Amino acid sequence: MSRVLLSGNAAIAWGARLAGVDYVPAFPITPQTEIIETLAGWIGSNELDARTVMFESEHSMLTAAGAAASTGVRVFTATSSQGLLYAMEMLYSVAGWRAPFVLVNVSRAVAAPVTLHSDHGDVLAARDSGFLQLHAATCQEALDLVLLGYRTAEHPDVRLPALVNLDGFLLSFTREPVELPDPELARRFVGAFEPGASAFRASRPVSQAVAVLGGGPYSYFRYEMHRASEHAGTVFADAAIELEAATGRANDAVECYRSDDAEVVFFLIGSLSTTAKDAVDRLRESGTRAGLVRPRLLRPFPTAALRSALHGRRAVAVVDQDLSIGSGGVLHAELAGALHGQAGAPLLASFIGGLGGRRVGVDELCSISGEALEAASAGRPPAPRLLYTEAELREVRKLQAIAHEERHR
Amino acid sequence: MSDADEPTRYRRMQDLPSTHLLGSGTSLCAGCGGLGAFRELYEVLGERTVVVNAAGCMSLLATHPFTPFRGSWLYSAMASAPAGAQGVRDALDILIAKRRIPADEDLDVVVLTGDGAASGMGLSATSAAIDRGLDFIYLCYDNEGYGNTGQQSSASTPHGARTATDRGPRGYPGVKKDLFALWVANRPAYAATIIAAEPVDLARKVEKAKRMKGPRLLLALAPCPPGWGFDPKDSIEIGRLAVRTGVWPLLEYADGRVVRTKHYEPRLPVERYLERQRRFAHLFEPRRDEQTLAAIQTAVDEACARVT
Repeated sequence: MSRVLLSGNAAIAWGARLAGVDYVPAFPITPQTEIIETLAGWIGSNELDARTVMFESEHSMLTAAGAAASTGVRVFTATSSQGLLYAMEMLYSVAGWRAPFVLVNVSRAVAAPVTLHSDHGDVLAARDSGFLQLHAATCQEALDLVLLGYRTAEHPDVRLPALVNLDGFLLSFTREPVELPDPELARRFVGAFEPGASAFRASRPVSQAVAVLGGGPYSYFRYEMHRASEHAGTVFADAAIELEAATGRANDAVECYRSDDAEVVFFLIGSLSTTAKDAVDRLRESGTRAGLVRPRLLRPFPTAALRSALHGRRAVAVVDQDLSIGSGGVLHAELAGALHGQAGAPLLASFIGGLGGRRVGVDELCSISGEALEAASAGRPPAPRLLYTEAELREVRKLQAIAHEERHR
Repeated sequence: MSDADEPTRYRRMQDLPSTHLLGSGTSLCAGCGGLGAFRELYEVLGERTVVVNAAGCMSLLATHPFTPFRGSWLYSAMASAPAGAQGVRDALDILIAKRRIPADEDLDVVVLTGDGAASGMGLSATSAAIDRGLDFIYLCYDNEGYGNTGQQSSASTPHGARTATDRGPRGYPGVKKDLFALWVANRPAYAATIIAAEPVDLARKVEKAKRMKGPRLLLALAPCPPGWGFDPKDSIEIGRLAVRTGVWPLLEYADGRVVRTKHYEPRLPVERYLERQRRFAHLFEPRRDEQTLAAIQTAVDEACARVT
């Protein structure tokens, strides 16, 4: 095991390399390009025995990824934002094919308006596709979750593709110290890809993804996927324990930070959890019992673990880095669903933050934890609130006024 | 002598294989010209194939838990069947190169697509597969509309044809997209037009394509009884008329040249083809639309003059 300074993108590429991928269908989009370029560099210098092919769109890229995985090779690919949305039809298709591979999404907000910066509007749009969904908070986790992604996706009782998410810019281009697992250890951990009896071979004809007539057989196949996804939770947990034994790094489905005796808990995903841990520490110093509960696994949704982690807490400040227009935060709705009817469930307060790369700082998190606690005291959950300051609004208004003046001078 | 120059084994109808590789009893329409062309093609290609299907009429060829295929089949989506073919092709190449499967487990990769996907939604995926030199056969069954959904016009609908979305007195105002020319312009390994009604010509072209590598187009005119409006029993007859009037010239592109593989001289007037189909009935009744009929005939004459 060696320790090196890697960007999140490079860590992802190392994950794919250590997993021994065979095939990398690709299409460029910022901020994930560095992943594919890194892999292409290794393939070019024969450090990685794989093939990369450039496609003309993410839609085609995902089709090829699913078809190649169905034929029996280990596939890796990556995209972001509009690319993920463009491929969305095929996300549903290849999950239905039960084609196991890893797709990395480097989160970037979706148009319109177009932006390069991060939020989770893209990846959460894929939450019902049948892909397993894992969210990294650090560059190290990005690497580990790729290995865990293959282990879980390829398990014979799962056989669903896995989406590993990391935040654009905040992780994709941030360099952190990353421990690279020994290649032999990684290879043994991920294991060889067994494509099963459904792969295309001359000696063994198969018809894949055939049509069904009527809701009966359709329901059967969809429910089979649902059960496989639920089972992936167990497979992931076992694999995480094994990886921890080998590396000392925990990757539980739900990370809990100082939450055991907490009265207020932050609930959020991705790299913002690093900031939230600082906020927890600061609140603790000032006497507030704060904590963090952060799911790494969003599909399957770790309902039981979350119920247990949040049982007896007074308030949860849910920070969504996404916005379901006309509804509110996606994570808030998911958590509310998971806790519904649970005795001793905490009050949930919903905050929308971090849209399009807007920074959410320690001060802001400390402040909303207070709001959540006040709401719990009052026994009334507050309406979802957009984290946005008067100063930010004034800045936009000022620029609009300047542009207006320029145009009409 | 290269493989491609080997003498054909198909000279007469009696030479054609009849192994019924594609099972009967599918849920496709009676008299489907696309299924006819595909069945003949499949006989020649054989069962060591994987067919990657674009959404369209053929989506219902296999319905769980039944399949008419002796070989393999993958249902993809409308826009990206060539990319699915690329994934399968690359994966088989990798598995053989890494010796994880023996070379005799290899398969020919075939895309099966209708004209709507081929000339519309799936065109960029097709174009890119040609750019990449993908080693695959691309069979387009051209029934000149979105047949699966009730014959709305596609980019492949011929001028003047009435469709579900062109109900006016002059029918479809556009001009049929020349998919064959689009392929040829990109210099594929091979391209040919075929039709079920000319099975020996079809078999020879499939035989030739099978011996080659790279992107290969087989473009089949697919007479469509419900979409075009004729009795299913006349499907072969309509196909023959398409060839004998010059509406569907049987072409082949190889080595940088387009040649005609089968001549019927003199050509029959194009009306003989049009008058047999309800989609062109408005050109004859209540009175003859001389202008449109002449325009169609002129276009056919010009197209035929361009190829020898």
